[in-house]
Amino acid sequence: MQTAEQIAPPSAERPVHYLNVDYGIRSWLFTKDHKRIALLYLFVITGMFFLGGLFALLIRLELLTPAADLVQADTYNKLFTMHGIIMVFFFLIPSIPAVLGNFVLPMMIGARDLAFPRLNLASWYIFVVGVVFTLWAVFTGGIDTGWTFYTPYSTIGSNTKVIPAAVGIFINGFSSILTGLNFIVTVHRMRAPGLTWLRLPLFVWALYATSIIFILGTPVIAITLALVGVERGFHVGIFDPALGGDPILFQHLFWFYSHPAVYIMILPSMGVVSEIVPCFARKSPFGYAFIAFSSLAIAFLGFLVWGHHMFVAGQSAYASLIFSFLSFAVAIPSAVKVFNWTATLYRGSVLLDAPMLYALGFIGLFTIGGLTGLFLASLGLDVHVHDTYFVVAHFHYIMVGGAVMGYLGGIHYWWPKITGRMYPETLARLAALIVFLGFNLTFFPQFILGYLGMPRRYHVYPDEFQVLNVMSTAGASILGLGYLLPMTYLIWSLRYGARAPANPWGATGLEWQTPSPPPTENFAITRPRSRRGRRSSRRRPRTSSMTRFSSTTRRGSACGSSS
Amino acid sequence: MWVFLVTEILFFGGLFTIYTVYRSLYPHAFGHASSTLDLTLGTTNTAVLIGSSLTMALAVHTAQVSRNGRLIALFLCATMLLGGVFLGIKAVEYAQKFHEHHVPGPYFHWEGGDPQHVELYFSLYFVMTGLHALHMVIGEGVLAVLAIMALRGRFGPSYFTPVELTGLYWHFVDIIWIFLFPLLYLVERHS
Repeated sequence: MQTAEQIAPPSAERPVHYLNVDYGIRSWLFTKDHKRIALLYLFVITGMFFLGGLFALLIRLELLTPAADLVQADTYNKLFTMHGIIMVFFFLIPSIPAVLGNFVLPMMIGARDLAFPRLNLASWYIFVVGVVFTLWAVFTGGIDTGWTFYTPYSTIGSNTKVIPAAVGIFINGFSSILTGLNFIVTVHRMRAPGLTWLRLPLFVWALYATSIIFILGTPVIAITLALVGVERGFHVGIFDPALGGDPILFQHLFWFYSHPAVYIMILPSMGVVSEIVPCFARKSPFGYAFIAFSSLAIAFLGFLVWGHHMFVAGQSAYASLIFSFLSFAVAIPSAVKVFNWTATLYRGSVLLDAPMLYALGFIGLFTIGGLTGLFLASLGLDVHVHDTYFVVAHFHYIMVGGAVMGYLGGIHYWWPKITGRMYPETLARLAALIVFLGFNLTFFPQFILGYLGMPRRYHVYPDEFQVLNVMSTAGASILGLGYLLPMTYLIWSLRYGARAPANPWGATGLEWQTPSPPPTENFAITRPRSRRGRRSSRRRPRTSSMTRFSSTTRRGSACGSSS
Repeated sequence: MWVFLVTEILFFGGLFTIYTVYRSLYPHAFGHASSTLDLTLGTTNTAVLIGSSLTMALAVHTAQVSRNGRLIALFLCATMLLGGVFLGIKAVEYAQKFHEHHVPGPYFHWEGGDPQHVELYFSLYFVMTGLHALHMVIGEGVLAVLAIMALRGRFGPSYFTPVELTGLYWHFVDIIWIFLFPLLYLVERHS
């Protein structure tokens, strides 16, 4: 079938799909198709990723030498702040849910679109407005509070563009909330007939857990940042110590969102890995229910651990004790996932295609990141490594080694579905290796630096740290190359890549049952089916019932070994 | 819509948390500050808002059982009117605060003791009631659109979802006030 499609001249009877059904800028900007909206997100998010990466590059260049030669302290403060804000709020948080989730979630559950297509488009526009505000803050002087906006510095200390940046994140928060709301309603109401909860693909479970965090956590950061803005703008004191306000209270509210936000970033990546590993190991996922429910457990426990960011900020020792214990508890569902992926790999016939390389990289790097998280969750050790490069290395192992590896793996995995073209496999494997090596060279030295006592957020450092910093900067340039390479060949593949068949990987998810790229409403066949005894059938208008899940259908979207 | 209201609860929840923390830290200052609020206006506003919830519920009910667009629009307009009265009274209260220099900021002035913590109270007062009023204004706008749609006969027993959802929203905003009122106005009046 693949060869037949390749031989056929492209002009002869080209199938209509979501990309060529309509042309012109209007058909994109006013689209209600979740697949097109996902691509709109992809453009903006990729731009933000490289902007954030540029700031990271400047930071690493400054740290090449112990002295302040490239930038001075003020500029350096702005660089790491803007790197953090852009990467966290405008890349990591929306990356997988808004791009990959938007694209494949409705297809995975056999629906024609999300529950609220207009709302989906609106959340993209809201996201863009948030981006515009933040870029305004970035290009008219920057902001230097750190991405955490700690008061009172952010309210009465800093003279930089705090309000535009806070407004940008506030607006962006609504985009997240609406996306999460849309996903939750879609998963509840629009599953194909017979697709019960415990047959959902694991990526859907991960997105569902993420959406819960979106709608429960994001409002709190929104109101907190709004208060910071009000305090700056109208001199209303809420966190102002001069009025008896408590800056620590800000930290509580901030981390009440921002720690769960870490799980917003990592859970979808775990979902991607849970799709890729069974597919390329040619086995069904080991411990399906454990992986599914560990996502929910992480989402739940994630809300109870925020205090571990504040061990040395002045909270009571008893609170710290409990937060420390709860932080250790999060390791349990995380480890459940890692063990189940490993067990899925065991005796599988493992194919080392590019998505799988990223997934394997994820498992290794996430394990390192997670275990060093336990170091930080221990009260005594945290006092020693607090605010050092150890922390920086730890969360980059989770964010970059985890979330970004999962994102790249997912992009490669679903690229044939999204574009209808195959990417060049050899080059992709090479890029995956470069990313893995560059990443480790960048961030592993930072563990050692932090343990030796180099504090974060300084642009100068003692001479004895230079060797490790040079290694780190060298790694960062390799890593940057590793990110540019996929960008290049993926764009190249749009025109020159081989045409992708419907199911290039031999996967079993519903999204692989439809042509690549899919038609506008995802599935060609929409047979109305009588649903025996289902009185609620009237209330599922948009479900395209192309497949009734039989009880023999494998759980999740594992690859059938028969293929 | 229910999911959306959950996010709204969390949104206000942050503020209620701040209120709880500061009130338990500075109960006396909060009590003094609270007793300067005009209880008559506050109570009137509570009654007005509960009345508007009644008319909103009537509008939803009418839409569910009949196609009488004018009656639906009438109830919606009554809701808008009561909401407008609420906002008007709120504006009067805000104006009083400006005259008494109880608005936090450079012009804040307080005769009694503990001025910082009293200012903290008024910061919370303005942020919480202001956010609530903003929700009311949004609700008024939605109600206006609904009333026009109702006059055109869009709603009836077969299609009343927008009216019902707006009703949920309006009741939610109402409930927020039901919490705000005792917390801000009544904390010191139990004796």
